[in-house]
Amino acid sequence: MANEGTHNVEDLHLQNLTKKFGEVAAVDDLTLTIPAGSFFALLGASGCGKTTTLRMVAGLEEPTSGSIHIGQNDITNLRAFQRPVNTVFQSYALFPHLDIFENVAFGLRRRKVKNIDAAVNSMLELVELAPMARRKPTQLSGGQQQRVAVARALINQPDVLLLDEPLGALDLKLRRQMQIELKRIQTEVGTTFVHVTHDQEEAMTMADTVAVMNAGRIEQMGHPADIYELPKTVFVANFLGQANLFAGVRTGTSSDSIEVVANGINFRVLSARNSAPSDEVIVGIRPEKMTILDLHDKETIPSGHNMLEGRVIDVSYAGVSTQYLVETTWGQNVTVFEQNVLVGDRSSVGDPVVLHWSPDHTFGLAGGETVLADTAQILAVGA
Amino acid sequence: MRWIKSKLLSVIAVLVLIYLFIPIAVVATLSFNKPEGKYNTSWNQFSLDAWTNICGVPGVCDSFMISVRIGIISTIFATILGTMIAFALVRYRFRGRATTNLLIFLPMTTPEVVMGASLLALFLNLRFPLGETTIIIAHIMFTISFVVVTVKARLQGMDPRLEEAARDLYASPRATFRYVTFPLVAPGIAGAALLGFSLSFDDFIISFFNAGTVVTFPIYIWGAAQRGIPVQVNALATLVFVVALLIVLTSQFVSYRKRKALEAGMSSDPAIAGANVKGLEAAMPRS
Repeated sequence: MANEGTHNVEDLHLQNLTKKFGEVAAVDDLTLTIPAGSFFALLGASGCGKTTTLRMVAGLEEPTSGSIHIGQNDITNLRAFQRPVNTVFQSYALFPHLDIFENVAFGLRRRKVKNIDAAVNSMLELVELAPMARRKPTQLSGGQQQRVAVARALINQPDVLLLDEPLGALDLKLRRQMQIELKRIQTEVGTTFVHVTHDQEEAMTMADTVAVMNAGRIEQMGHPADIYELPKTVFVANFLGQANLFAGVRTGTSSDSIEVVANGINFRVLSARNSAPSDEVIVGIRPEKMTILDLHDKETIPSGHNMLEGRVIDVSYAGVSTQYLVETTWGQNVTVFEQNVLVGDRSSVGDPVVLHWSPDHTFGLAGGETVLADTAQILAVGA
Repeated sequence: MRWIKSKLLSVIAVLVLIYLFIPIAVVATLSFNKPEGKYNTSWNQFSLDAWTNICGVPGVCDSFMISVRIGIISTIFATILGTMIAFALVRYRFRGRATTNLLIFLPMTTPEVVMGASLLALFLNLRFPLGETTIIIAHIMFTISFVVVTVKARLQGMDPRLEEAARDLYASPRATFRYVTFPLVAPGIAGAALLGFSLSFDDFIISFFNAGTVVTFPIYIWGAAQRGIPVQVNALATLVFVVALLIVLTSQFVSYRKRKALEAGMSSDPAIAGANVKGLEAAMPRS
């Protein structure tokens, strides 16, 4: 019965979903549609409400208000064992007293499905664990246990598969492998995967759609590349990768761009890449989009590029790239990544340099000094 | 000097073990004795009389069976009630939970003489006839505490996510209990039952107050001690010790076999042996 391919998958809708613990809203009026068959990642720091959201979908936590639908089907008031949703738990929660076969068969047995041997065996084959069928969970390695947890959930052909930090307990190398593995399984079975993680790299590699959560709300949602290239809030810019941010004030508007002055320097931001509603604009740029030049070569910078001058205070060579820390004239530290394509001739500590980048990569965010400070605090607590 | 220093711990450990086992060795040895007078205190002559005719002295086997029966009945009740109390205390938040938690410890800390005497006063006031029933009631009362403490520890050590996983995998609350919770807590319950039985079997003070005319095994020995303890008592005591020892050894052997099987399973599959070692190490502290 596994993988017939005729399985009807439907969208998952969360409508005004709220969960309060006492006075604190862990999930705050969340409305979200997760398209059928997608690999969806909920990304956020610990305590941002992502796990609570997942547990409400699983039926392990009762929403304070709001509703959960799969297609037209309201599952808000169904209990966990009545929902067509299965979970891969953090640290797997495999039943230690049952062998691998029985762990995987558990859901089918509870639903009184007959003749399950073939289904269980083919599921074990999908996760490449057929020879381990008669072992106990403790006899398996972390990666193997992880795959059992996936198999145990998937065999029930859920409408939605929930993954709660599924790779958190694995070491880096195994995590990379499992990322590919999970993506392969998802493509193969076509089930909607909702994946909760605090690891931005994990979310970006696996998911088609990433939703960045902060303080019980979704800050931004979209394709990983789109969010990364054009973050809409300071939190997203900082949480998903790194960003250099300069708080400034809009001083002029032209046909396709705006002028922002920050710390006495003029920056150009394309109107299409500016999400600030007022004149208070934070100018942002990703470290790898900047080019670092010796101050003498300032004339070679293409016209129209944004630029700023500074002094190198730290250089760390990391093989693929070199990371520079540059102190600007007003004392802010700016991070720059440079691909190591050239041999030799790197800037060294103390060198006066000029950084430049294209407005095509520059983004404008809402806020001012206070937003920057607040976000720095949130990120520091979350880390 | 250094030799002494390095071996000191082992020497002390051996001495403590000898100290612990000398009384048992004496009891067992004297069960093969043919005492000269009526007191079985010094070695006279080897004999199997006590073992071949273990019920030879009037009352010995009767009292032994009474104690076994009382032990089994009170263990069954105490285990069921105690397990339910443990579940309630761990799983539910209710008014009086903290008080219950505290009160459950009281019987363990109350001196047995006090408990025995006050129970006797209670039964007399209620005009409840003393006998096996009153002993059983008393035994259930004080063994419950031990059952609760043992089962509670096991329950608290259980990962709550296992039950959530069961619920997530279509198990109703009843099925979750039957297929996940109970099998995982069962070793704790079994341990609690064994502990309860040995506490009941061996109790003298509380039983003595509430026995009426019933003679349990400890009461029999106490009575016999005045006139000289028959060798059969040594034989029965040794028998109990051997049975207990067998239970311990069997459980040790089973877990040893399991561990061996685990290691064998690993080495038979060299491709994953390395990975397995890691999994095992992670699993060991929990098991």
